[in-house]
Amino acid sequence: MQRRFTLKALTAAVALAGAGTAFAQAGGTIKVGVLHSLSGTMAISETVLKDTVLMAIDEINAKGGVLGKKLEPVIVDPASNWPLFAEKTKQLLTQDKVSVIFGCWTSVSRKSVLPVVEELNGLLFYPVQYEGEELSKNVFYTGAAPNQQAIPAVDYLMSKDGGAAKRWVLLGTDYVYPRTTNKILRAYLKSKGVKETDIDEKYTPFGHSDYQTIVADIKKFSQGGKTAVVSTINGDSNVPFYKELGNAGLKAKDVPVVAFSVGEEELRGVDTKPLVGHLAAWNYFQSIKSPANTEFIKKWSAYAKAKGIAGHKDKPLTNDPMEATYIGINMWKQAVEKAKTTDVDAVIKAMAGQTFKAPSGIVSKMDEKNHHLHKSVFIGEIKADGQFNVVWKTPGPVKAKPWSPYIEGNDKKKDEPDGKSK
Amino acid sequence: MIKLLVFLAVLVAAPVHALTAEEALAMAAGESDARIEALNKAVAAADERTAAFIQAMADDAVRVVPGKQAFIVRDDKGFDPVTGAEMPVPEDAEDVVTNNRMRGEIDTALAALKLFARDDKVRAAAIKTLQGEADASRLPLIEKAWAAEANPALKAQLGIVRAAALLGSDDKAKRMEAARLLAGSGDPSTKTVLLERIRSEPDSEVKSVLEASLVTVEAKLAWGDRLGAMFSGISLGSILLLVALGLAITYGLMGVINMAHGELMMIGAYATYVVQGLFQKYLPGAFDWYLVAAVPVAFMASALMGALLERSVIRFLYGRPLETLLATWGISLMLMQLVRTVFGAQNVGVENPSWMSGGVAVMANLQLPWNRIIIIGFAFAVLLGMAWLISRTRLGLFVRGVTQNRPIASCMGVNTARIDTYAFALGSGIAGLAGCALSQIGNVGPDLGQGYIVDAFMVVVLGGVGQLAGTVYAALGLGVLNKFLEGWAGAVLAKIAVLVFIIIFIQKRPQGIFAMKGRSAEA
Repeated sequence: MQRRFTLKALTAAVALAGAGTAFAQAGGTIKVGVLHSLSGTMAISETVLKDTVLMAIDEINAKGGVLGKKLEPVIVDPASNWPLFAEKTKQLLTQDKVSVIFGCWTSVSRKSVLPVVEELNGLLFYPVQYEGEELSKNVFYTGAAPNQQAIPAVDYLMSKDGGAAKRWVLLGTDYVYPRTTNKILRAYLKSKGVKETDIDEKYTPFGHSDYQTIVADIKKFSQGGKTAVVSTINGDSNVPFYKELGNAGLKAKDVPVVAFSVGEEELRGVDTKPLVGHLAAWNYFQSIKSPANTEFIKKWSAYAKAKGIAGHKDKPLTNDPMEATYIGINMWKQAVEKAKTTDVDAVIKAMAGQTFKAPSGIVSKMDEKNHHLHKSVFIGEIKADGQFNVVWKTPGPVKAKPWSPYIEGNDKKKDEPDGKSK
Repeated sequence: MIKLLVFLAVLVAAPVHALTAEEALAMAAGESDARIEALNKAVAAADERTAAFIQAMADDAVRVVPGKQAFIVRDDKGFDPVTGAEMPVPEDAEDVVTNNRMRGEIDTALAALKLFARDDKVRAAAIKTLQGEADASRLPLIEKAWAAEANPALKAQLGIVRAAALLGSDDKAKRMEAARLLAGSGDPSTKTVLLERIRSEPDSEVKSVLEASLVTVEAKLAWGDRLGAMFSGISLGSILLLVALGLAITYGLMGVINMAHGELMMIGAYATYVVQGLFQKYLPGAFDWYLVAAVPVAFMASALMGALLERSVIRFLYGRPLETLLATWGISLMLMQLVRTVFGAQNVGVENPSWMSGGVAVMANLQLPWNRIIIIGFAFAVLLGMAWLISRTRLGLFVRGVTQNRPIASCMGVNTARIDTYAFALGSGIAGLAGCALSQIGNVGPDLGQGYIVDAFMVVVLGGVGQLAGTVYAALGLGVLNKFLEGWAGAVLAKIAVLVFIIIFIQKRPQGIFAMKGRSAEA
């Protein structure tokens, strides 16, 4: 009896699930998953990406949707909790049956989602700069790989205009992204003839807030010759770090600090007057002058005002991961239209070589093979108003190298995900 | 700024030559190398207008139409750099992009010009900027300024700058003299200059003098480093003290495991933010003093919230520590979400008032930030105030009475329920003060309290529950220990080492540094 009941229940469930799918297909909407932390430590950076996806969806829907269907966002909150990212992904793919997911910020969260999207053959767009060393058929990386951010930044600091730095402090939060990036940078610096004693690598825990010792150490280290600091500090910790830097009288013209995780949004909580001249390397700055950017900022301001997004409704800011998110969703839309279906394998095929007029002023192209965007690299100096002054940029878009040649064994790795041809 | 420029009137003896439009343009636009060359040429024979133009570049007040003309823009009005006359700036004028290298060159150029200013302070600042810029090409200018300098202290400093520049000389005797002179400097930039010269010095005699000077300079610098480490330890200690003081009342005296303590601090910090906003809007003239108004507001906001919590939740849970822990933890989540809904998930910006920005240079390589100095003072003021309140006032007497023996206090006619509320509100209010102080050094966001709650409990438990003195010793001790370890093993290891130390200490001595003595009811 018991068994029969279970069987019945199962059949019913399967039938229901089938009906659910059929309904989703016929209902005239395409579901889009949004997987960004809306609470916890990363909420600071990620919340605004959720709003960017929603803005893009509104915009696409206003123009008639995709394949004649409206996009329907499914928003979940993984709460800055890395294992929860995997669970929520599973929920999005199996229960909500979304066609695509936009999400993640930290590399830890991406690593947690990765096995799930691969197993269930989902599609993830990851919009943040990261350490490379990864390539998956089911992920498109719209943020920068190390050769599109870290290495050009170091090159600039070594150049005459960047101050011709001889000694290097590699400072980061203690987790996978800073550790790997610094490993690559260390190998790169050595290849440029920098001695081991001229490199100082330092890490602080997540959420570290007392940078007195670190700043004093940097000061001491810089007495040995022209020093530059490469900061991969992530999240909140940047505010106390920069405050300490300003108060300790460490000027950018003496010891420039270049940061890879500090953008317009992160500087919102900081008094930037003592920080003028410190640098950031990104593929987009709000201050970039291009018609596409003017339009992007205008759209975002209007959207933030209309939706009353806290902070942005009074002072709208855009940043690099927002741009990457925006490019990602638009490229996905184009790929779906090209493939004429939301089927994951067909969309992946159609993504190759997609182009989109990026707010950063270039025509951004998705690489034919390696799932990364071609991006221009910009180096900006912090201005007194919290915006960036672009002081250097690459002549054109740079192709991503997810497998950095400065890590041993990477020369044998293929520049496309395994199993792509299947 | 204009006042400053008046001092520049008396300048170099080199034939003074008026600024031309071409020169201004060459300094403002083009490749960095060419601009620096133009700049250095202009400085060598600068008149008042040139100085004004360089100053404008330093202030980011120059706009340029490439290939045509440069303009000085002040208060939305354009001026011709050559004549100083007001003129409209065309629409297509661009901001001059000044990178770090350019900014450094402009600063040195300005400093070189200001060496001849009448004001001692301006000259002192100029000399400080020139330190570490051991550029032989500036030697004639420095020599001249050195010869003309009347103030002996400044003359000595300028002598160091001159010696640094002389190090590049071809004359061996001059290099020897310079190397000896540099031993008298206590400035970190001298160390850089010496190290660089040692690397390239061909003469072994000069090299040994250079090395001897380096040792002397390093010995002087080491004192600054030691004092700096000590100061950062005390500073961290003062923050821990502020954070733990409120908890010393609610947990130490009253025995309430208050997991929402951190969130009460956060409310204090947000109260500061709100006061800042009000001052920006209604009293922009008195903005620098918003913090003074924010202190009582932060105290009241957190105290009221604390009183509300005590009346509505905590009083029903006295004597049930597990339930209190869970309930207050739930409250902390609710408070965080409340703030997130009202102010957004983003951090909000709380600016330091100008009197709290920057620092005071105690030694050449030791600059103590004002915000930290003031917070140390504030922490001790709060401590004294609280000690006075607990040991000298009637309220303090009642609080002590109720916490030591509730039934007897009640028999003596003390309204124990009201005293509980007051005591809890007081502890919460002090958390608010801590939040107000924290807003000046770190982030203000919904998660602010989370980062400090563990530290706060650590300090109170280590110091000995129920003891104010213990809290003070534990806070300062942990602060100094942490900073000492951090300098030696790095931030990540230091944090672990401190935790291990506390675990071992509590194992050996569960009552903390100071045990509660006397006829306490529970002891």
